[in-house]
Amino acid sequence: MSAPTNEPVGCAMSAPTNEPAGRALSDHHAQRGFLRTWIITVDHKVIGIQYLVASSAMLLFGGLLAMAIRWQLAWPWTEMPIVGQLVFGESGRVISPAAYTALFTMHGTAMVFFAILPLLTGAFGNYLVPLLVGAPDMAFPRLNAASFWIFLAAMGLFLAGFFVEGGAADSGWTAYPPLATLPSAAPGSGAGQTLWLLAIVVLGVSSVLNSLNAVVTVVKMRAPGMTWMRLPLTVWGLLVASALQLAALPVLTAGGVLQLSDRIVGTAFYTPAGLLVNSVAPEVAGAGGSPLLWQHLFWFYSHPAVYVMVLPAMGFVSDILSVNARKPVFGYKPMVWAIGSIAGLGLIVWGHHMFTSGLGFEMGRAFMLSTMLIALPSAVKTFNWIATIWGGRIRLTAAMCFALGFVALFVIGGLSGLWLAATPVDVYLHDTYLVVAHFHYIVFGGTVLAVFAALHHWLPKMTGRALNETLGRWHFLGTFVALNCVFLPMHQLGIAGMIRRTADPSVYRLYEHLAPLNRFVTWSAFVLAAWQLLFVVNVLWSLRSGTRVGRNPWEATTLEWDAPSPPGHGNFDRDLVVDCGPYEYGDAAGARDFRPQARART
Amino acid sequence: MRHLAGLLVLALLAAVVAWFALSPQLGWWLPAPASTIAHPIDALFDGITVVIAIGFALVMMLLAWAVWRGARVQSGRARTSHGHLGLELLWSGAIGAVLVGIAYAQLPTWAALRDPNAMPKDGTTANVIAHQWAWRFEHPGADGQLGTVDDVETASELVVPAGEPVLLTLRSRDVIHSFFVPEMRIKQDVVPGRATPLWFTIERPGTYEVVCAELCGFGHYAMAGRVRALARPEYDAWVAETARARNTSGAEDAR
Repeated sequence: MSAPTNEPVGCAMSAPTNEPAGRALSDHHAQRGFLRTWIITVDHKVIGIQYLVASSAMLLFGGLLAMAIRWQLAWPWTEMPIVGQLVFGESGRVISPAAYTALFTMHGTAMVFFAILPLLTGAFGNYLVPLLVGAPDMAFPRLNAASFWIFLAAMGLFLAGFFVEGGAADSGWTAYPPLATLPSAAPGSGAGQTLWLLAIVVLGVSSVLNSLNAVVTVVKMRAPGMTWMRLPLTVWGLLVASALQLAALPVLTAGGVLQLSDRIVGTAFYTPAGLLVNSVAPEVAGAGGSPLLWQHLFWFYSHPAVYVMVLPAMGFVSDILSVNARKPVFGYKPMVWAIGSIAGLGLIVWGHHMFTSGLGFEMGRAFMLSTMLIALPSAVKTFNWIATIWGGRIRLTAAMCFALGFVALFVIGGLSGLWLAATPVDVYLHDTYLVVAHFHYIVFGGTVLAVFAALHHWLPKMTGRALNETLGRWHFLGTFVALNCVFLPMHQLGIAGMIRRTADPSVYRLYEHLAPLNRFVTWSAFVLAAWQLLFVVNVLWSLRSGTRVGRNPWEATTLEWDAPSPPGHGNFDRDLVVDCGPYEYGDAAGARDFRPQARART
Repeated sequence: MRHLAGLLVLALLAAVVAWFALSPQLGWWLPAPASTIAHPIDALFDGITVVIAIGFALVMMLLAWAVWRGARVQSGRARTSHGHLGLELLWSGAIGAVLVGIAYAQLPTWAALRDPNAMPKDGTTANVIAHQWAWRFEHPGADGQLGTVDDVETASELVVPAGEPVLLTLRSRDVIHSFFVPEMRIKQDVVPGRATPLWFTIERPGTYEVVCAELCGFGHYAMAGRVRALARPEYDAWVAETARARNTSGAEDAR
């Protein structure tokens, strides 16, 4: 199926290149009808858009769960207006303690596994990788379609958890045994947890297939002349993230299978002897297991997953900053090395999630050191981004605003990591709201802003129509202000000692004075959520009546801008050859201030 | 908009700095320290906070300047520059040095917290038993030994002497819990199937809240306890009192 790299690109798939291909391609599209175009397809771009729609829906869903969480933290055990009757009618329009634990479990899982990861590697990975390397499609288009449908199956299993007896899984997105494994420990540790585990295992299969596809595509299907050191950083980010998935994800999947076995077969990989849970002695065989084993297996994947969630985002931002500053990325090779070393070190820092779990003194020291080290490449990238825009001719497009917002907020998330990397300080801050603040700055302030930047940058390529730039900038401004109002005060909550995953901070005298802060965060969260409507309006408006864009609305250099907007099946309407790097902007670029990577092959 | 963008970055800088400067005054900060280990931990926290503040201010000012200038100057073209090895080495070295410094500075405190060699040889001992969703404590009684007939068992409240080392052994009966005393800056997960040691010295008599910090089911939020630290004479009196109560009434729970 795959075309080797030396073959002329454009003729490997179905696109006949000796015809006036652009028109032929779009006619081809129009003939196929809705079902064949948008549902049953092996076109990487459509699969990317399928991922985009599915994971955006999960992002919205996870956001709504967060609103319920915030309601409870601001006004514990009070009746929720309007939606309360609908969702929490059985418990008197009040969130019950059990429902609350399920809320944050499903929020975390939805966001990490079904929104952010598939947005990056699924949606943008699929859409962008072949276009940016100059390939007509992914290396294995059918496998690609399969990975999307498997993803959808995992999503179904995950959502089914809400409808089974005992409710959805409620042992946190980390699913620590024995809480997660013993049905007598929590209501959600019955059928809900089984579905949750099945969803994670099935999702693991999907992600591995998808990652494998991306890696093979980059390795084997680059256009002639597209050497490794001419790959845009977006490709590097997606490639290394995919490789990281391949290295680490099977470990979580195996761990998940063991946990399923503990639950269904009655093994005791994670269950120690002599437990008495809720006056019930668990029925397990042997019972010589260790709860810490799960933590090692879980974090062996789930810490690298953080980098999977940020490396592609870093790539998008690098590209968008360069395009809109009209300057090359500063230090391309150090940036590539930084991506590589973040991934490499990312595999050996998982123990910092376990500083308080009885990890041991020497192990704590070792993981502290590796954690400190991983701050270095991230910081180097930050300085390179600033140097990239330094002295540029900055175009403040909506995409650029979001990319700059990413840099500012990624810095906050990175710096607060210093508190957490220092083991004695982490002992105090572990499992407090400071941790919640820290990773939301990385994942929301960082990755989600980068996704918005990428959408403003690449949606015109996907749809052929422009978004409204003014509306986009207003969306950015409100999002930026509101998200800082949500997550900045969480630092103070954590420094004051407030633990996460608590349904009611007022239980403790120590947290009484934090109530106004919690209410402020909640109000800000409501504003933040409501403000996202601007983006929805913008996208819908653009789909209907956005200005049609040409091939290259941003005057950018990379290969996707050589294709029509939107590109047809097969992507490019001429055979390309690459003869320069991805960031030739500025006074040395030639006649214009940018020099495209692509030349027509003669 | 072109002028606003740089200002927005500066506004973020000002807001963050003001907010962090104000929070300690408003009480939204570290609670008053109550154990000996709290002081080096707070010192580390403060030191890292200074590093963070300097790093943050530096990066935000550079970013604000770059954005403000880049958005204003639109004539001509930017200079094509692909990087500068010297600059890369400079900031890598500087950042690396700071990180190594932090790593080095926290070693002694980590050792005091967790190095088995730092475990006190002759402290007051007690057992902590965690279960959904309460704490139970076993005190050694008048003979100073755990596991003897005069052990004193309490629910929710651990009673220890102030000003001397205390050595706890943590066990869980069901799921993972975490023994967290914010004012003492200590936190230790209680993993079922293990006996986990934890030691500290409380500086002043007083009552300090125990918070369960690891999700342990839907009652997690309410799994509260207390540590009551008594001056040595009061502690001895409390032990004697519990012994007398046991002799006269045979009460198991001497709270």
